Amino acid sequence: MPNLGNKNILTDNKFYDYLNERLKLDALVDYMSKKNVPQHSHSMFYYFGGLTLFFFIVQACTGILLLMYYRPGADSAYESVKFIVSEVSFGWLIRSIHSWSANLMILSAFLHMFTVFFTKAYRKPRELTWLTGVGVLGLAMGFGFSGYLLPWNELAFFATRVGTGMAGAVPVIGDYLLVVMRGGEEVTGATIGRFFGLHVAILPALFIGLISLHLIFVQRLGMSEPLHWNQKPPQEKSYMKFFPNFIYRDALIWLIMLNVLALLAVFFPDGIGVIHWPLGEKADPFGAPPAVIRPEWYFMFAFQALKMLPAHIWFIEGELVGMGLFTAGGLMWALIPFIDRKSAMNKPSRWIMWFGIFVVLFIITMTLIGYLVE
Amino acid sequence: MKNIFILILIGLLNCSMALATNSKNCLECHAEWEEEDGPTHLFSKDIHFQKGLGCVECHGGDTEAEDMDGVRSAKNYRGVPKFNEVPNFCARCHSDATYMRQHNPSLPVDQLSKYKTSVHGQRLSKHKDKKVATCISCHTVHQIGDGKLPHSSTHPLNVPETCGKCHSNKDYMAEYGIATNQLDDFKASVHGHALLVNKDLGAPACNDCHSNHGAAPPGVDNLALVCGNCHAIESELFLKSPHMKAYAENDFPMCATCHSNHRIEHPSDKMIGSTEPGICADCHDHDDGTRGSQTADSVRNAINALVAAHEAALTVLKDAQAKGMMTTNEEFLLKEVDQSLIQTRTHIHSFDASVVVPKAEEGIAKADSVKVKSAELIDEYYFRRKGLGGATLVITFLAILLYLRIRRIEKPKG
Repeated sequence: MPNLGNKNILTDNKFYDYLNERLKLDALVDYMSKKNVPQHSHSMFYYFGGLTLFFFIVQACTGILLLMYYRPGADSAYESVKFIVSEVSFGWLIRSIHSWSANLMILSAFLHMFTVFFTKAYRKPRELTWLTGVGVLGLAMGFGFSGYLLPWNELAFFATRVGTGMAGAVPVIGDYLLVVMRGGEEVTGATIGRFFGLHVAILPALFIGLISLHLIFVQRLGMSEPLHWNQKPPQEKSYMKFFPNFIYRDALIWLIMLNVLALLAVFFPDGIGVIHWPLGEKADPFGAPPAVIRPEWYFMFAFQALKMLPAHIWFIEGELVGMGLFTAGGLMWALIPFIDRKSAMNKPSRWIMWFGIFVVLFIITMTLIGYLVE
Repeated sequence: MKNIFILILIGLLNCSMALATNSKNCLECHAEWEEEDGPTHLFSKDIHFQKGLGCVECHGGDTEAEDMDGVRSAKNYRGVPKFNEVPNFCARCHSDATYMRQHNPSLPVDQLSKYKTSVHGQRLSKHKDKKVATCISCHTVHQIGDGKLPHSSTHPLNVPETCGKCHSNKDYMAEYGIATNQLDDFKASVHGHALLVNKDLGAPACNDCHSNHGAAPPGVDNLALVCGNCHAIESELFLKSPHMKAYAENDFPMCATCHSNHRIEHPSDKMIGSTEPGICADCHDHDDGTRGSQTADSVRNAINALVAAHEAALTVLKDAQAKGMMTTNEEFLLKEVDQSLIQTRTHIHSFDASVVVPKAEEGIAKADSVKVKSAELIDEYYFRRKGLGGATLVITFLAILLYLRIRRIEKPKG
């Protein structure tokens, strides 16, 4: 038995001894108790990653419960969701928590990503941690996009038609891509089948794989220290133990957020303001589209930017130029650890900082225009 | 300048007419002689012109003739028909199925035969009355429009004014001894409002009850059948009701007895009952305690009870909605109550309490069900809040324990 500072917390009981004999947990506990988390004025940023994980766990649990009643298909999707929220005991609560948790997961993931970016926590040797993190965010947005259609209500139908229609603008493979996404030329019951498969099987498998890698990298490399700590003498640096101190704090935040989720789900079961998911009317492919078709809030900046582009820029379609710029920007963002060479030498880069500020301002401005300007 | 404009207009009209027909020669003279509202100026808007027909198709004559004498000398020259000749003048083509098929196969060819049965046609043939309506009175002479188009005098939205042109003219109608308030009454009626205000083309205009070419007042005995063209269930119930026989025996004008004829107001529940403002009281005095007055009161009470149950259910439902509960099932059920209310009101025309009351009771049972289910949703609303309170307490308690634990393990030693 290793000499653990907090041995009494976990290891002083028979149940632990029972498990330890069979799973050799001492080595793991020893490893965790030796891990330290830097303590400084921005330490709170370290909790966003864990928070995102918490929301994902909530998503998985509530998603599995919804799966018991949800029936994909043009004739059954809307009816089954309606049944869940009106007939199934606590069905309304499960759907509401699933929806709230989805939005908070994306928000938390965005905050986590930007704090990592601005504290340059992506720098060597954490390039792969950053890459897997960007991948996880992309998959989370994929969850949002695919899940939006599943209730098969009016807004979801038309928003998905617009969203998948953008894929058709991709040069050369656009038409093929559109058919693959929709399962045909139009958004139909076949599209629900595809999005359902994506939402409950393909994306979760990829997500769990990628987030596992992300967590392994975090565990192997530990928490990144701020840049300015390089000049600090060791005696001025402060740390807390990952286990149990950091883990306990993480758990405390998870409990608080569980309370927040419960409050939101009970008081605002259909969302609030622009973040809302009322079931509304069943999708009618032949009906008139709603007056305002808006995507989820985290797609709004891209949607608005593409909408504001002129029909043609020089001789190329405006939408195509926009999508090209977004692809280039996204690639640049994902490869930032390799572009920001100064960070590898623990030096700040003014240009990278300005790029990050530009991206944040762009997202905020476009989102606000999307919601506030008619 | 004005003359130049007119010449250009005539030139254009000439060209277009020449393409369609051989009426060029007619226009060369007539356009110059006539005022701006003369036939040659109006004819470009006429359905006949638009279908490629010209002056000679109606008036005949030699289009190649150099002067009017030449035109009139042609064998087929018919000129302007006299007043009493107009129906046959138009019917020369409009009663010819073979001819009409070439231009408009869907148009009926029985206008003349119907006209002969109409009051207008009868007065024209028997009394040589030159004030009655002929084809041109309603359709105009040279500006005849397709009845489906809004600018036409026979478009449903224009029919009341077209008929009212004569029928609301007191001086013109004085010698006939019939009322001239039909147009005003119609405009104030539920039908007039639907047609003229709401532009609902499904609502009846004059011709839907009186016929168009065979225009005549619907006979008193036939009124239930005429109204029944649209109000089929009401008519069927009425024809089987005890009122049918009583009205026939007393020469009451069937539906119009209670609803009036042209000034048909939106029916209301207040019309039922043997006391004021119930119109049943006109015949069935409450104080007599007859079977009729008892039926009227029973029906009135049943409808009142259903309306009250509907309102009570709606109040609770709205409360549940205001609390953010999902009420789609209850809303759907309430629509069934609406349907019951409509059915109950319709079955009043059976004038039989044993038919109406069960219908109302059926609706009341549904309304009560909506009320109970909505109340359950409101209970659920409070249960959710209590549940949330309990869960929040447990989670907060755990969070406090965890916080104290963190404080304890991080407490400086010594």
